[in-house]
Amino acid sequence: MMLNQFLLLAAVLFCIGVYGVLTRRNGVLVLMSVELILNAVNINLVAFGAFRDNVQGDVFAIFVIAVAAAEVGVGLAMVLLMYRNRKSTDFTELDMLKG
Amino acid sequence: MSLLTLAVEAVPKESFATGDVSWLLNNVWLIPTLPALSFLGILFFGKRMPKGGAELGIAAVGAAFLLAILSNVAWMDHRDNYSGPTDAGAAHAEDDHGDEHSEDALGASVVIDGQSEQVELTSSFVEEGGEGGHAAVAVLNERDWFRNGGVDFKVGTLLDGPSVIMLFVVTTISLLVHIYSTDYVAGDRRYTHYFAFLSLFTASMLGYVLSSNILQMIVAWELVGLCSFALIGHWWEEKPNSDAALKAFLTNRVGDIGLLVGMIILFFSAGGTFDIVEINKAVINNEMNQTAVTWAAISLTAAVMSKSGQFVLHTWLPDAMAGPTPVSALIHAATLVVAGVFMIARLYPVFYYGFSIPGSSINGLALIGSITVVFGGLLAFVQTDIKRVLAYSTVSQLGYMVLALGVGAWTAAIFHLFTHAFFKAGLFLGSGSVAHSVHSFDMKQDMGGMRKFMPTTFKTFMICSIALAGVFPTAGFWSKDEILVGTGGLGVGAEKANGNYHLMLIMGLVGAMLTGAYMTRCIYLTFFGEFRGHGTPHESGKRITVPLIILSVFAAGAGLLNLPPGFLAGSASSPTGWQERFGHFVEPSAAYFPAISHSVPSWWLAVVASVMGLIGPAIAYWYYFIKVDNLSKETGESLTELPNGLVANNKLAATGHAFLVNKYYLDHLYNDVIVAAVKGPIAKAAYWINQNVLDEVVDTAGRTSVKAGEAVYKHVDQGLIEGAVNGSGILSSQSGQGLRKLQTGKVQQYAALLFAGATILAGIFIVLI
Repeated sequence: MMLNQFLLLAAVLFCIGVYGVLTRRNGVLVLMSVELILNAVNINLVAFGAFRDNVQGDVFAIFVIAVAAAEVGVGLAMVLLMYRNRKSTDFTELDMLKG
Repeated sequence: MSLLTLAVEAVPKESFATGDVSWLLNNVWLIPTLPALSFLGILFFGKRMPKGGAELGIAAVGAAFLLAILSNVAWMDHRDNYSGPTDAGAAHAEDDHGDEHSEDALGASVVIDGQSEQVELTSSFVEEGGEGGHAAVAVLNERDWFRNGGVDFKVGTLLDGPSVIMLFVVTTISLLVHIYSTDYVAGDRRYTHYFAFLSLFTASMLGYVLSSNILQMIVAWELVGLCSFALIGHWWEEKPNSDAALKAFLTNRVGDIGLLVGMIILFFSAGGTFDIVEINKAVINNEMNQTAVTWAAISLTAAVMSKSGQFVLHTWLPDAMAGPTPVSALIHAATLVVAGVFMIARLYPVFYYGFSIPGSSINGLALIGSITVVFGGLLAFVQTDIKRVLAYSTVSQLGYMVLALGVGAWTAAIFHLFTHAFFKAGLFLGSGSVAHSVHSFDMKQDMGGMRKFMPTTFKTFMICSIALAGVFPTAGFWSKDEILVGTGGLGVGAEKANGNYHLMLIMGLVGAMLTGAYMTRCIYLTFFGEFRGHGTPHESGKRITVPLIILSVFAAGAGLLNLPPGFLAGSASSPTGWQERFGHFVEPSAAYFPAISHSVPSWWLAVVASVMGLIGPAIAYWYYFIKVDNLSKETGESLTELPNGLVANNKLAATGHAFLVNKYYLDHLYNDVIVAAVKGPIAKAAYWINQNVLDEVVDTAGRTSVKAGEAVYKHVDQGLIEGAVNGSGILSSQSGQGLRKLQTGKVQQYAALLFAGATILAGIFIVLI
């Protein structure tokens, strides 16, 4: 089987995710972009697992999905609180630690 | 496991055959242990007991007394009939059982390795008189206490003649004093503590006489000193009493330095052993440096001087009368003051060779003793306090003992210690009985005519006084006569005598005269004439009079134990009969005891001594019983001295009297000269040095440091260190100012930097690998 397609797909997804994280102002969209990055990594893991014919990659991907679910739970809760306090989910406004 | 069972087990395991030694002689440690346990018992439970702990003390001392009598009997049997193997080569037979036993006797846990050592000692020296068939065997039982630095520290009992007789003396006097005290200190606020310390006192003294090594001796010696401090200061609420206790303690500390120095010298010069037998043998076999032995003897003599009240360090002894009278009796008869005499007797070779006693005609020990005999006796004449008369009498009598030891009359010294214990205890308890009745110790103010009120006390006091004065045939006569014979002066007992101590003989005779005279004065002032006190005195109760009667019986009869050879029918050399029984059983003729030659008693000396001993009382009798008494009857007053006697008319006599009243100004010497010198000029000089030398140094140092400090502040601190500190502050501030621009607070910028960093690292990773 060919590994390249999977790796290219994952690289594209990763780059889109990074772009989203760095440019989006909306907190929800930043979180979604983080999910893209994680899923790009998942694709890599599963692809390598299938390529080497073992289940370690799959297992690791499932772990990442579980951790990502928790991370999104916490992240969305923070975004929700942010919205309640400021009526906005704009990350660029959160600069109180400016030096 | 208790020591008792241990000892029973250990003895059969001995590889060293010891023959039949009485069980008791191997276990004499029981005797001091009983009062020691009673001390703890009284201390913790005494107040809850119906009699305030006195019954426990009496029971313990009574049991110790019975054991002491049994051990004396056992010792006599052992001494005469022992035929088992002996250790003639003087090699210690040691038998180490590896098993460890722990023992908990006095609350302290002692680990002992089950070693039981028994050494039988004999000597090639065969006693004169044909009784050389018997070996004098000391029974030595030792156990390891601890080991440190290659030295074995042991505890044990060395049982031989002197220690076994001391067991008897100490327990007898102590038991009588205990019984007497239940009446005398009845109702005292520290009744229980009094009996607790009485028990400890007895225990320490018993432990002292049984000590098998000098370390144990020092411990017991200090314990005895501590107990005397506590008991002399029993009524410490009154300042003079606590002062007296302190004086006794501090004066004894002066001598204790000598004790420690002497013991250390002995330890090292005997090759690192504390063992009394080893030390004594080392001295006898000439294995020790003669100079070291001499210095050890001199140092130990200092200890004896303070503990046994020898002249110049005796001043604490009369002041120690501040304690309760039974305690004075115990201190003076059996415990504290005889500790010093006993130490000389115990380590006799050290003194015997250290002072070159054989063959000389004067030495330090004999000189101190003879001076004490006379000077102590003289002081007794000017005392108004009955107990102080007796105290100076004790000083004088202790002088006799030290004198006897100093001239080589070892047996005579121990015999005098033995007889003196009874009559002096009797006198003290008698004076206490009188004082109990008139509530005062002042003979001139509050006594007089007591014989009518207190017949029993009077009779016992008379018997004890006669014994003290050394009138034939009471105990004092025999023991004092032996001492005088022992001096070997003026051709007395010249045959086989140790030396010719002429001066000591004369001083001893003068002392005998003085003794009778001051006792006559004391008896007149106390018991004759008219009563000068207040109220009606009455005879004391049974618990006071019975001990007095017992003691006066001993005072009258104890001398018969050591009759000089040839006095009664029978051959002088016969071991049976009454001749020299005391000397036979008490004097060790062993490898650890010097071969003392014995003086031969002389009839003419006994007569001269008796005459001298009667001249003194006769003069005193003439003065008090005839002249003063007649004048009292004429004037109708109860006088205590002639109003226009020698002291009033004669300047020389007055000076002498003042000299005596002021106790040779020794207290003045100590307080006004030595202490005042320390307090006065030396303190002033110290103050001057302090102000002018030390302060100057300190001030200069202060000023210098201030200047140095200023310089350092200006240049180093302000310039260098401040610069460095400020510089680093400015640097970090400015760098912070520069770097704070990075801290935008923008999350996505941080994320961008993170990714950029990660990308760079990934690039490096790819390029390098």
